[in-house]
Parts: sequence; structure tokens; C-alpha cells
Amino acid sequence: MEYKALLSVVVAGGLLMAGCGNTEEVKKEDKPATEQAEQATQEVDLSTELSAYQQFALEQMDQFLLDTEKFVNLFKAGDIEGAKAAYAPARMYFERSEPIAESFGDLDPRIDGRLADIQEEGKGEEEWSGYHKLEYALWEENTTKGYEAVADQLLADAKELHALVQTVEVTPDLMITGAVDLLNEVSTSKITGEEEIYSHTDLYDFKANIEGAEKIFEILRSKLEAKDSTLVATLDEKFKAVDDLLAQHTTADGGYVSYEALTEENTKALAAAVNQLGEPLSQMGIILE
Amino acid sequence: MTTSNDEKWIDKKISRRDMLKLTGVGVAGVAVGASGFGGVMKAMGYNIFEPVADSTTAKHKVDFYGKHQTGIITPVQTNIYFASLDVLVTSQKELQQLFQQWTPLMVRLMNGEQMVEMTTNTRVPPGDTGEAKGLDAAHLSLTIGAGPSLFDKLGMQHVKPAELKDLPHFPKDQLQQEWTGGDLCIQACADDPQVAFHAVRNLVRAASGKVAIKWSQAGFNAFPAEGGTPRNLFAFKDGTVNPAITDEQDLHKTVWVDKGWLKNGSYLIARKIQMHLETWDRTSLKDQEATFGRYRDSGAPLGKENEFDDFDIEAKDDKGDYIIPDTSHVHLARKSDARMLRRSYSYASGVLSNTGAHDAGLLFISFQKDPAQFIAVQNSLGRMDKMNEYITHRGSAVFACFPGVQKGSYVGEALFNAL
Repeated sequence: MEYKALLSVVVAGGLLMAGCGNTEEVKKEDKPATEQAEQATQEVDLSTELSAYQQFALEQMDQFLLDTEKFVNLFKAGDIEGAKAAYAPARMYFERSEPIAESFGDLDPRIDGRLADIQEEGKGEEEWSGYHKLEYALWEENTTKGYEAVADQLLADAKELHALVQTVEVTPDLMITGAVDLLNEVSTSKITGEEEIYSHTDLYDFKANIEGAEKIFEILRSKLEAKDSTLVATLDEKFKAVDDLLAQHTTADGGYVSYEALTEENTKALAAAVNQLGEPLSQMGIILE
Repeated sequence: MTTSNDEKWIDKKISRRDMLKLTGVGVAGVAVGASGFGGVMKAMGYNIFEPVADSTTAKHKVDFYGKHQTGIITPVQTNIYFASLDVLVTSQKELQQLFQQWTPLMVRLMNGEQMVEMTTNTRVPPGDTGEAKGLDAAHLSLTIGAGPSLFDKLGMQHVKPAELKDLPHFPKDQLQQEWTGGDLCIQACADDPQVAFHAVRNLVRAASGKVAIKWSQAGFNAFPAEGGTPRNLFAFKDGTVNPAITDEQDLHKTVWVDKGWLKNGSYLIARKIQMHLETWDRTSLKDQEATFGRYRDSGAPLGKENEFDDFDIEAKDDKGDYIIPDTSHVHLARKSDARMLRRSYSYASGVLSNTGAHDAGLLFISFQKDPAQFIAVQNSLGRMDKMNEYITHRGSAVFACFPGVQKGSYVGEALFNAL
């Protein structure tokens, strides 16, 4: 539900301008240094890294569409248990590539909007759609009846997103800001259990966000290594710390325990590990200088 | 600081990128010279080989360097942000490096300067969080202390002073874990709440992955225009019997440790004391004054005229009753015959969710040569203290605050030299 990533995404045909904000203008007025830095960016050749990330995002989106289709089919067939099992894993593809997936102003809330977000925008419950509405049906109402149209719409939206993503041009800012944004997502909604308030499958999203950030780090690794090998070592260590903590909450089938099973001590430890990762991760911008 | 570490550190080939990073974390106070390397740093306006000096031009500035740390006998400022930290580092060496990293940053903060110079790369977050930009030093003082648990965690039990241990349980204590203890403390006091908070925020941020905040508390004090002792939230003057901060002899007797690595340091005791304002406010003035043993308005001991009049707790009236009741705060505290330097701040942190009452009280802070001084007073107050009806002790911590820092040295050097 974040619009800030918009800035860093360029789409052929100028599709996405709403909510773009004035960040860029403000910065320019504020500080001419911004422009200089942008100039410098063009001198750093990241073309290999950018296309590697684009490749990754497209694969995630392919898989997201396939798994969403599977989920929707189970849902429409009235297979409650089957749909529940397919729910969290399908969403992980979306969460992993969130810097790109969430950059389409209307589509992100339609696919991933929570009731609280919709209401915050002054909209009524009838405008609520997407995964979380079906989550509500499955876990709260324990039914699929009456939600078939919502399921159809979700699949249509997923297809539209898939089509749009093909045109995305990945920029260095998208990757670098995106990695930190993924962690911020974890810190603000996953760690508080506010993302999946009915299914409590927050740790799946948590894991996927971290994997998304780690992928960006991996792609940039050699460039970072050349600039600051200590930073790379620190990031390796901090990613491992988060992964190790998350691994303590896996289930026998390779999934994750319910958010409700976590103690305050657990969530505090996870939040601290994410913050300690976020601080060095925010330094990845040094490769653009 | 051990020389071998320095050499290894310097021998390492350091790229320009590494240097930029070093300025970011501010590793100063490393007293060595290497041609070329220092030049680049100087060109960037920040020389890591020379310790940061106390500014001679900064407004409202407290000097960092000296025999004692600041924030102990520094004239009391209007605001505090107190943070108790857990260390995440696992070795003595990492702890030493943290203190070396912090030292020049503390000087800069107390100069009212930014943590680092602005970089031109807008693709990384700024090195200073920025909210103190445009504000002056605001008499910022920074006091760093070590809790008993630090010595156990990092295998330093052999240098842990015998006096440094968790306080005993006192009658009526209702301590909560989330407000108790800590491996390290940062006491930031300033005449501006944002300057004090900024200092703690940035020191903790610079130590990401090395420390985590265990608990923290903001507090305030207000001073009458004509000067004098500040009042707490019960409206009584707090700190009347403090030793004068200019009386060196008294301070040596009361505040400064005179042996071992902690020489010229002091023990800080912090107590988070909830004050039940609603019940206090429905207490008659007579009872309020009998609780403290002083008059509310003047601050004078009961039966006396002026705040600083001497008093005899054994004095009785015609009927044979104590003039200063033997259940009053003043009577019991004086009876213990122990003194300390109090430097407390009031707090008001919203509303208690379970009762709807003010979440307000006193962040009691005292400095003493030996925690036994505080323990004697607190034991004397014990169950007798009439004040207990109106207060509850919720948090407690004790820290050994290091001696002052000389230019070229770093916070806590005496401890590491003793290892």
C-alpha cells in the first residue's frame, strides 16, 4: 500500500503518475547536490544488475499469476482447506517483488489492500477487493459463497499486473530504495501482525520481503564489494541473523507458525534483527556515488 | 587502548571508500599518523587522527573534556533523555571500539555540531538525523555509565567494583522488568528536549548492531525566573539538601569515587517513581506538608522560616510531638545520615491504559561515591515513609559512570587499561 516507490519506476507510455509526489522537486529546491548526484549516477554502469533484477521480478510475477490462478480455482471450487493452504505461498511471490508489484497505483490496493487501508482512504467496505477480502471469507466466515466475483476480479487484476510489469524499466533507485522499503514493510506491518489479521500468516510475507531485499543485495554484491567489502560482510552477517531467527518459527511442512504463536519476546527479537539489517542496507547507495 | 590493535588497523589497506565510511562512524581519537591517509580526511573537513576539540565559539556549551564526565556537577538543565542500553557486542574489544567511536561524536554533539559533514550522495541516508540543525548546544551534557550486567556479559567480573551490584529489594518496590537494569546508560541533559533526544538517538544509531535500547525516559525540570530549587509534580522543592556543586571537599566526600579505574567517576542510581497525582491532589495541604516535612510554598522545614534553614529532626512541640513528623520524608531521610547529589527530572508520559490515571512521576537520579549511600536512605524511608501512599517505584538501575575524558583519550579508557 505504498506509493513512494512510484518515483523510481519508469513505464513506457507514462502510465503511472498519480501519487508520484513532489519528492524530486522538493529535493532539488532544497539542495542542488541532488542534481549532481543524479548526474553521477549515469556514470555508474549497472546495466547487468538492472537486467538481472528485472529478470527476477518477471519470474516472480509469472509465478504469482500461476499461483493466484490456482488459488482462485480452489476458492471457486469451494475447497476451503485447499484455498487456505494455497493462500500464503501464492502471496510470497508478490511480497518478494513488492518494489515493482506495488508500483502500480490502482492495482496494488485492488490486489493487496487491507480493510483498514480502504477505510483509511474514506472508502466503504464495498470497495474492498483482492487477497485480503478472500482471506476474510476463508478464515473469518469460513466460506467461499458470495465471494466468487471477488475471486474473479483478483485473477483479472493479477493478469493486468502481470502485463504491466513487462514494461517496467528497472532503475538503480528502484533497486536500492526498494530493498530498504521491503524491510520497512516488515517493520511497520508484518512484525505487528497487521498484514494478515485473519489468517495470521504474516511470517510468510515477512520471509518473502526479506528474500526480496536479499536478492537485490546479491545482485549488487560485486559492485558493493569493490566499494566497501566491510559493508558486504556486515550485510551477510545481518541477513543471516534475520534468517536464523525466522528459521526458529518454521513448521514441519516448511511453512511458518501463526503470528499468534509468537511471544512478545519473539517479535521484539525479530524487529531488532530487521532494524540492525536496515541500517547497513540503507548504505547500498554508495555504489551510485 | 592496546597498541597492537592500532597497528593492525592501520596496516590494513584502506581505500577511499573505507575512509568515507570511517568518517561516517567517526573513528577518532586514534593517535597515529600515516601520510596520505590523514590528508584525505582533512580535505573532507574531518581528521580522524586528531580528536575533536571542544569548540571555543559554540553558544551555550558545556565542555566535554575534563576530570569528570559532564551531567553530574553540571548545573541542572531543563530536560533529560535517559536511555538504558543492552549491549549486543560480545567482546571487550568491540566494546572498547564502541567507546572510541562514540567519543568524538559526543564532543561534536556537545559542540552543537552535526555528527558528520553532509555528503553529496543523496542516495544514502544522512549521517546525522538532522533535527538539531539550527539549534545550539543547549548546554548538552552526556554521561556514560556501565551497569553490573555489562561486566558479567563480557567476562570482566575481575574488574567489577564490589560496590556495583543490583540494588536490594526495598519495601513497597513494584519494579517492572521493562524499566529495570541495563548494561550501559546514556544520560543526555540539555536546555532543549530535542537536543537531548537527538543526542541519544544519534549515538544509538551510530552503534546499530552494537547496542539496543532497553528502556528510556524523557523528563523535564522548570526553574523559577529568580532561580532556586525546582519543584517536582507534587509541587514541593526537590534537591534542597544537595551538596553545592562548587564545594569540592563535599563532592569528594559525597560524589566522586577515589579508587581504582572508577576514580573521579561516580555511581548513578536511576529510579522511575510513579506519582499518583490524583490521590495527591485530593490530600489536604496540611497532610501534604506532613508527608514531606516541609512547607509547600517556601520549602522551609516545618517549624522554620526559610528553605535552607537547618533543622533538628528530634525537635518536639509543646505536646511532645515531633515538629517534623517521624513518618515524613525529610525526617526519615535525615535520620539515615547519608547524602548524595540528586539530579532528578519529572516525567509525564500520557495516561495509564488500565486506570486512566496520569502516567507521571519522577525520574529520580542521584550520584554518589557508593550506592550504599542511596541504600541507607531508602532503607530508612522503608515502610514508614508517609510518601509511600502516593508513589510507587516502578524502575531501578545502577551504573558506574566513568571518569572524565582527557583530549586524545576516550570514554572508559581507564576501565580497558585495567583489564
